Amino acid sequence: MTLEFGMMVKYMPYFFRALGVTLKLTAASLLLGILIAIPLSLIKLSKYKGIRAIGTFYTSIFRGVPLLVQVFVVYFGLPQIVGITFTSFQAGCLTFALNSAAYISESLRGGIMAVDLGQREAAMSLGVPYGKMMKDIIFPQAIKSVMPSLINEFIRLMKNTTLISTVGLVDVLRASQMVVSDTYRAFEPYITAAAFYYVLVMVISLLGKQLERWVNKSDQR
Amino acid sequence: MISVKNLHKSFKKLEVLHDVSLDINDGEVVAIIGPSGSGKSTLLRCINLLEIPTAGHIFVDGVDVTDRKTDIMEIRQKVGMVFQHFNLFPHMTVLRNMTYALTTVKKMDQKEADEKCRKLLERVGLSDKENNYPATLSGGQKQRVAIARTLAMDPKVILFDEPTSALDPEMVKEVLNVIKDLAGTGITMALVTHEMGFAREVADRICFLDEGRLVEDAPPEIFFSTPKSNRAKEFLDKVL
Repeated sequence: MTLEFGMMVKYMPYFFRALGVTLKLTAASLLLGILIAIPLSLIKLSKYKGIRAIGTFYTSIFRGVPLLVQVFVVYFGLPQIVGITFTSFQAGCLTFALNSAAYISESLRGGIMAVDLGQREAAMSLGVPYGKMMKDIIFPQAIKSVMPSLINEFIRLMKNTTLISTVGLVDVLRASQMVVSDTYRAFEPYITAAAFYYVLVMVISLLGKQLERWVNKSDQR
Repeated sequence: MISVKNLHKSFKKLEVLHDVSLDINDGEVVAIIGPSGSGKSTLLRCINLLEIPTAGHIFVDGVDVTDRKTDIMEIRQKVGMVFQHFNLFPHMTVLRNMTYALTTVKKMDQKEADEKCRKLLERVGLSDKENNYPATLSGGQKQRVAIARTLAMDPKVILFDEPTSALDPEMVKEVLNVIKDLAGTGITMALVTHEMGFAREVADRICFLDEGRLVEDAPPEIFFSTPKSNRAKEFLDKVL
């Protein structure tokens, strides 16, 4: 049994193009996910029980249904109902963003709650309205405790994007599958894909550490 | 300036304030004292609606703050508050802490706000700290910044909620001196404190609260020498 990684070299441009797709999908989903998570976390912190219940229900759905099922519902199911067809990239982006928002909003809620109540009172006593208080006073402090779990979510999301290969988007996993059918060899292509993902995760965690240090700057002075 | 009428406040079943009525006139300094748990802080926090009164009315500058139609934010700009734990914004420099509300709430020009706040920093003796972050300041310095931050908004009233209780003993004086200077400027102040000597020195009136009731309301010389109620006598025996 011999391994021939040499033959992978000619597929490298192909892999790197697929890597671009994976990165784009991850970044777009994360960004959209954060944008959805912010109002969602505020909903979960509402004074009103009924409004809070909406947030809790949302999270329970996206936590309670397997992600692959969610992808299928959005990609195959939604077009039948709303009459728009999504590209696999759009479907993936939407599903992963909605899913991530459920998780991110949970940690954001925790982060906001961890900010000293006195901060809120000080802002209120200065006449700062709710929206500005959240944006300028509470979120910048909450983000410190949320950062580690946000990085985790980033990594989780990146790995989960492989599910999109099932509906035909050529990401790194799908690229390796195509190399498998081209070469009739499975080990080398899949190990290559694995290496791509592993390196990517390492890079994200490294950047994440830097980011954490950066947001904690004002405490250290 | 402030008129509290038949104020009641309950947390769930616990009644913290029972039928408190109190007037604070323009330029007056009123010290609110009493045993812990007597409702002093709650009374103060009701005035700028950090706590919502269960019943009764509070008028600030003639406006009923308990009226749902009243713009709370507008009231809060008139009523400054200084907290026991300072509550400076840790991610902002000293100067930014002070200018933030000026520029975002009062829409003041940043330059103008900077200038105004530098003058106030000088007044509390911290001109050299404007670019520091709160974490690098001592407790006394933090509280002086917090007072300056409140002053920046040009409030008509300042509420002090135990401003020296969280300080190391050697820092109490520097903060009290700043408050004393303020008392001389004619600004209206309500002060919850455990510093009896200080209350006696700066206050025009002492309000003694016990178990949520306003038991005595008298000028300091009368309150400290001849308290009417037994509760006030017992309390003074313990603390003096």
